[in-house]
Amino acid sequence: MVADIAFWLPLIILVPLLAAIGAFLFPRHSFRFAFIGTLVTAAVVFGSTGLLWQDKEVARHAVGGWGAPLGIDMVLDGLSMLMLLLTAVIGLAITSYARGYFLPKNNSSESWHQYNYFWPLWLFLWAALNALFLSGDLFNLYVTLELLGFSAVALTALVRKPAVLKAAMRYLLVSLSGSLMYLLGVVFLYAGYGTLDIALLGAVATNTPELVAAAALITVGLVMKTALFPFHFWLPPAHANAAAPVSALLSALVVKGSFYILLRVWLVALHPLADTFIPQLLSGLGMAAIIWGSLQAMRQTQLKMLVAYSTVAQLGYLFLLIPLLLRGRGDDIAPLAGIVIFLSAHALAKAAAFLSAGNLLYAVGEDRLSSLDGLTRKMPLTLAAFGVAGVSLIALPPSGGFIAKWLMLNVALEHGYWWLMIVVIGGGLMAAVYIMRVMSHLFLEARGHKSDVKPLPLCMSWPPFGLAVLAILLVFTGVLVTDMLVIGAPWLLEVAP
Amino acid sequence: MLESTQLYAIAGIVLFGMGLYALIVFPHLLRKILGMNIMGTGVFMVFVAIGYRGLDELPDPVPHALVITGIVVAVCATGLALALATQIGIKTGTARLTPDVEEDDGS
Repeated sequence: MVADIAFWLPLIILVPLLAAIGAFLFPRHSFRFAFIGTLVTAAVVFGSTGLLWQDKEVARHAVGGWGAPLGIDMVLDGLSMLMLLLTAVIGLAITSYARGYFLPKNNSSESWHQYNYFWPLWLFLWAALNALFLSGDLFNLYVTLELLGFSAVALTALVRKPAVLKAAMRYLLVSLSGSLMYLLGVVFLYAGYGTLDIALLGAVATNTPELVAAAALITVGLVMKTALFPFHFWLPPAHANAAAPVSALLSALVVKGSFYILLRVWLVALHPLADTFIPQLLSGLGMAAIIWGSLQAMRQTQLKMLVAYSTVAQLGYLFLLIPLLLRGRGDDIAPLAGIVIFLSAHALAKAAAFLSAGNLLYAVGEDRLSSLDGLTRKMPLTLAAFGVAGVSLIALPPSGGFIAKWLMLNVALEHGYWWLMIVVIGGGLMAAVYIMRVMSHLFLEARGHKSDVKPLPLCMSWPPFGLAVLAILLVFTGVLVTDMLVIGAPWLLEVAP
Repeated sequence: MLESTQLYAIAGIVLFGMGLYALIVFPHLLRKILGMNIMGTGVFMVFVAIGYRGLDELPDPVPHALVITGIVVAVCATGLALALATQIGIKTGTARLTPDVEEDDGS
C-alpha cells in the first residue's frame, strides 16, 4: 500500500489543507502547524517523486472510487510531478524565511495579525497549487484556480496599507474575470463534446468554430491570470507591495499555476488548433512582454518594483516556444523541456531575488535603490544570493536559465525561427542591465549612514541563497527533466485507438 | 425560431458581456463586484441551458452539479471582494480604485 503511489496522491493535497485548517483554528500554534505541515508535505512530495521515478508510469487516483467521466480523477504524470517538486522546494524555503520575517518584534496587533494569518493562508495556497497540478479535468482546474487566486489575494492584502489593498483589489478583479472567462470557455467545450476530462477531450476535439471560441475564452482568461503583456498591469503593484515572502510566492509559483493549465489545455484538448493564429499570437505577445518588461525594469527606482517588472519580462519567455511546442508535438520533447526548465529556473531565481530584496528592506527599512549603497559588507550572504539569482535571470552559463534558453534557441533555430534568437539574447542583455544596476548600488561605498543595519536571523539569510544555488544547479538537470517529462507526456495520454 | 436552449444560452452570454462591461467601466468598487456577479450568473445560465435535453427527458445532471459548485465559489469571491472593498473604504475614505496606486501611498 505504501509503495503504491495512488495512496500518496490524496495526501499531497490533504496534508497542507489539514495543516491550514489547524493553523487557522488554533492561531496560538499556527507556526507549529505550518512547520509540521511543510515538512510532511515536502516529504510526501519527495516520496512520490521517487515512486514515480521508479514506476515510470502515470498514476491515477479516482476520488471516492468514482472514476472519470463521472467522478474526479487525480492524475500524476511527469509534468505535474516536476511542478509539485518545484513547489515543495520553494515551500520549504518560504516557511523558514517567513518565520523570521513575520515573527512579531513588538506587541502591535498589526504584526500579530500578519503573523497569525500568513500561515493558514500560505498552507491553503500550497494545497490549492498541489490540487491544481493533480487535476485532470477542466472544471476541477477552475475550482483550484479560484482557490489559488483567493489565497494569493488574501496574502497580498496581509499588509493593510491603502496602496497594497488597492493592488490586491485590482489583482482580485483581474483574477476573477480571468477565471470566469476560462469557465465560459469550459462551458463551450462541454456543450460541444460532453466531457470535461482533458485527455478525453484531446481524443475527440476537432477544429470547429466552437473549439475556436472556447480556445479564445480559455486562453484570454488564463493569459490575464498569467500576466502576459498587455495584461500585466496588475502584477507589478501587487507583487512589489506584498510582504517579501508573499511576493516570492506570487512571482515564483502563483503565475505559473495558470500557465501550467494553459500549457496542458493547449497540449492536449486544444491541439487541433495548433496551426491557427492563436499560438503565434501568444508567442508574439511573449516577445513584447520581454521587451516591455525589461525596459520598465531598467527604469525602476525601487528594488521590488524592479524585480516585479523582471517577472513580467521573464514570463514572456514561457510563451515564445508555444507554436513550436504544439507543432512538434509527438516527436520532440525538447521544447517542453526548455519551457519547464525555464519555468523552474525562473521560479527558484525569482523567489531568491524577492527574498533577498526582502532581507535588504528588512535591514535598511527602505525600498529605494539608492538606499542600498554599501550593504555588501553588512550582508554578504544576501548579496551573494541576489547575485547568484541574477546570474540565472540573465542566463549566464552555468545556470538553469542558461540551459533553458540554450534548449529554446536550439529548437527555434531548427525550425528556422531565427528572430527568436534576437529577442532571447536582447532580453538577456537587458536583464544584465537591470541586475547590474542593483549590484552596483550594493557595491558602492557606504556614505556613512549604514550603522543602523538590523542583524538578520539565520532562517532569513540562508533560504534565498539556497534557492539561488539550486537555480544554478538546474544546469545539470536537463536529462533528468527530460526523462521525467516523458512519463505520461501529455500527447501519449490521449492516444486512444 | 430559436429553441429555448439557445435563447437562454444567448441571454447568458449577453449577461456575461454586460457584467464585464460594468466591471471595466464603473469606478465604484461595489458596482465592479456586482458586475463580476452578473458575469458569473451569465456563465451559469449558459451552463444550465446546456443541460436541457428535451421535454420528455431528464436534464443532464453534470452541468447542474457544476453550477452549484460554481455558485459556492462565486459566494466566496463576493465575500472576499466585499471584505477588501470595506477595508479600502475604511483606509482611504472612498471605495474606488484611484488611477495611480503609488501616488497615494501613506495617505
